Amino acid sequence: MMPLHLKRVAYPVLIAVLAVAGAALITTPKTASVAFAEAAPADLFAPVAAVLRHPRCMNCHPRDDRPRQGDDRHEHLQNIVRGEDNMGFVNARCNSCHRDENNDFSRVPGAPNWHLAPLSMGWHGLGDSELCTALKDETKNGGKNVAALVQHMKSDALVLWGWKPGGTRAPVSTPHPQFMKELKAWADAGAPCPAAKP
Amino acid sequence: MACVPGLGRNRTKQGMAGMATTFSLNGEKRTVEAEPDTPLLWVLRDDLKLTGTKFGCGAALCGACTVHLDGEAVRSCQIQLRDVEARDVTTIEGVKGDIAAAVQAAWIKLDVVQCGYCQSGQVMAAVGLLSQIRKPTDDDINKAMDGNVCRCNTYQRIRAAIHEAAKTLPG
Repeated sequence: MMPLHLKRVAYPVLIAVLAVAGAALITTPKTASVAFAEAAPADLFAPVAAVLRHPRCMNCHPRDDRPRQGDDRHEHLQNIVRGEDNMGFVNARCNSCHRDENNDFSRVPGAPNWHLAPLSMGWHGLGDSELCTALKDETKNGGKNVAALVQHMKSDALVLWGWKPGGTRAPVSTPHPQFMKELKAWADAGAPCPAAKP
Repeated sequence: MACVPGLGRNRTKQGMAGMATTFSLNGEKRTVEAEPDTPLLWVLRDDLKLTGTKFGCGAALCGACTVHLDGEAVRSCQIQLRDVEARDVTTIEGVKGDIAAAVQAAWIKLDVVQCGYCQSGQVMAAVGLLSQIRKPTDDDINKAMDGNVCRCNTYQRIRAAIHEAAKTLPG
């Protein structure tokens, strides 16, 4: 049995602890899925857009013929250009230097099928509405419906490189599992696009 | 420009087991035993003693190590030995044919070379360009040759020599 003087101290402390715990349960932050469910449909694309705009993604989605490099998205050194097949010009083909994996010695990045996205998938500078519309446009995205887009971003080796770019390159900020939840929430809601800003 | 001396070769010294890789080098079948990730440049220079291909930066920034892989110009510092299995590698020692002869003649006629260190890469790149674009414009030359750096600044003569070589080649 607990001595009376200790009970006098312990009970108030216990009550206070329970009160705090109860309050914490009531105010626990919403889980990601709850947040997705409650987000306005037009807002579901915002976290997807944030990932697509990361330099690891955007550097190969220019709206001109010059791939970009680095977090500041400067034009690729050595006058590297798109070429007819999005894989570079004569003597300066992407795979002349970028091989199937990162080169840990020279620090040249690499992943399978290293190439520029086609000009129709140029995203640089697009607002959320335009970016969303372009992403879904099957006449621009290589004939991918929304399910195929989700699969592409789930498993394409070149896309996944953005999360493991190696060297001193910053990976895409949103972890890939979280991105896939956000992407799927957007897709499951019918892939709504936000309204264009006037 | 960052130079990366000792690329790849360090790994050999750490005792990784070598593998036999067979490829065509300047028209002859060659087998090399080395780690699969050894840069082709090291295989050419150290193992096969073909020192015409130069080390410049080791990071695909200068073009001094340009060779042809299945007829296309590539940076041999970035191509690994495993990439060339059963493929055709051509170096400055073995490049030949009408285009190579035209480039060589133009290089001599216009006295392109100054120190010469980059020139084997420049010649391989020029042959690569003319193999695919027989009458290149200045813009074509800029795009195709920009990755080949010349510390002596012979760029104007290189451009002139490519045009000169193109003139002697059938369209």
